[in-house]
Amino acid sequence: MRIGIVCPYSWDVPGGVQFHIRDLAEYFVRQGHEVSVLAPADDDTPLPPYVVSAGRAVPVPYNGSVARLNFGFLSAARVRRWLHDGAFDVIHIHEPASPSLGLLACWAASGPIVATFHTSNPRSRAMIAAYSILQAALEKISARIAVSEYARRTLVEHLGGDAVVIPNGVDVDFFAEAEPEPRWQGGTIGFIGRIDEPRKGLPVLMRALPRILEARPETRLLVAGRGDEEEAVASLPEELRSRVEFLGMVSDEEKARLLRSVDLYVAPNTGGESFGIILVEALSAGAPVLASDLDAFAQVLDQGTAGELFANEDADALAAAAIRLLGDPARRAELRERGSAHVRRFDWATVGADIMSVYETVTAGAAAVAADDRATGLRARLGLARD
Amino acid sequence: MVTGPRGRPWRAGYASAVTATLIWILVALIAIGLYLSWTAGRLDRLHARIDAARAALDAQLLRRASVAQELATAGVLDPAASIVLYEAAHGARQAEEEHREIAESELSQALRAVFAEAQQVEGVREAHGGEEAVRELAEAVRRVPMARRFHNDAVRAARALRRHRKVRWFRLAGHAPFPMAFEMDDEAPAALVERVS
Repeated sequence: MRIGIVCPYSWDVPGGVQFHIRDLAEYFVRQGHEVSVLAPADDDTPLPPYVVSAGRAVPVPYNGSVARLNFGFLSAARVRRWLHDGAFDVIHIHEPASPSLGLLACWAASGPIVATFHTSNPRSRAMIAAYSILQAALEKISARIAVSEYARRTLVEHLGGDAVVIPNGVDVDFFAEAEPEPRWQGGTIGFIGRIDEPRKGLPVLMRALPRILEARPETRLLVAGRGDEEEAVASLPEELRSRVEFLGMVSDEEKARLLRSVDLYVAPNTGGESFGIILVEALSAGAPVLASDLDAFAQVLDQGTAGELFANEDADALAAAAIRLLGDPARRAELRERGSAHVRRFDWATVGADIMSVYETVTAGAAAVAADDRATGLRARLGLARD
Repeated sequence: MVTGPRGRPWRAGYASAVTATLIWILVALIAIGLYLSWTAGRLDRLHARIDAARAALDAQLLRRASVAQELATAGVLDPAASIVLYEAAHGARQAEEEHREIAESELSQALRAVFAEAQQVEGVREAHGGEEAVRELAEAVRRVPMARRFHNDAVRAARALRRHRKVRWFRLAGHAPFPMAFEMDDEAPAALVERVS
């Protein structure tokens, strides 16, 4: 099958959606399909052979932060050329509801279009206004995928209609087979995420830490992620600060080894999560997981059977659960075992096959993807278009 | 003497004002026409999407019924289960259009009853050619809900557009029948699909 994938965000900036698309593309290439990914990228960035650059993304203020997006004549022309050269059986657009390359591709293409909605933004007035404008482009999508039941609900609320839920994929064996690092073993709690992003929840964990150390003084907290380390420990009493170790940014290999080594992985995120890929990675590595009870997290953890949940933003509940788990090796072994079995459904082998099922469902009996003449339609309508 | 309205004589300025008004009316009519034509194109595309989605749904339903019927006649299930499954699969394949949703729902229920336990699935797997049959059935019960969601999503989009005034007043939908969603019980047997839903 000839598959075209549209990535909305710059290939040179690391991010969840980009990693997802990279893994998906590589999975399909391994399965023997022909894959081309259209992504914004600086022209001098080295790209994998399956990625086609759509040109540089322009930074614009959007949705409360600065987003790097593609629009305008040049990008539209590149999208049309990519569609024309690719002769795809299906195109798969990610985040079609943001003013980006995905939307341009949706506008310019006809034929089987699959779209994945990653984020689940709360309802906003700007969004509602935008959706009615987007409707004409979005109604071309033949199949919608949401990454979680939570993301699906928001999507249905905003756009109506329906979507199938296919979770994000993880290479489970990469994490399951990583070598534990002895330095990071022995009474350790792990945290991975941006230090200076309060929604990742490090402040909640910092508030819980004194109580945890009081009950189990030998505990160490290992923090991996970007941000100001001084500021992160500022709320902690001086004598406890040595129990927190900052590892800075870690590579994928180090992340896997860290998750394999810790006695407990804590995800205290306070909101804004539509999926929670880090939990899936922790489960893959066999780490017992303690997470805040966000909708998305509760779903990944199978409502608390594959990992434990605590009341969101409640530092005392977090501390109590952590103390109990650290003192109960049998319970942790049980969680490891359940987590490892539960996480198989997120493996690329399962997720990739599901996404392929979607492609096959929408392409059955449909014509291949083509540039849509109706969209630019005036010339075509008047019979002036060249063939 | 040539006079204008209310008996006043023609003036050059008056003639050009009329011409300008006429041009503006013409421009507005063309704009409205183009907009309606664009909307008709949108609607046409949505109807085509529904047709494709319905064809895909029919194909998946037929595939599911075929695999179920094959399993029922292969002798790998106990006689009671075989009869239940055969009845339901046969019913689904033969159903008239207006009974289709009920017949397909009954097949879903029969499949859930027969494959309620993991041991049953294991039993079929161990039989000769069973691995293949289980794989096909698992694929079919997974794809039916997908195809149905995609179909109903297209129906919803078309209905939203067709309810719009411009479409009703100018009869842009032509003679195309008002699209109907396909409603059925399509929950898969738990033992067959171990997935997050």
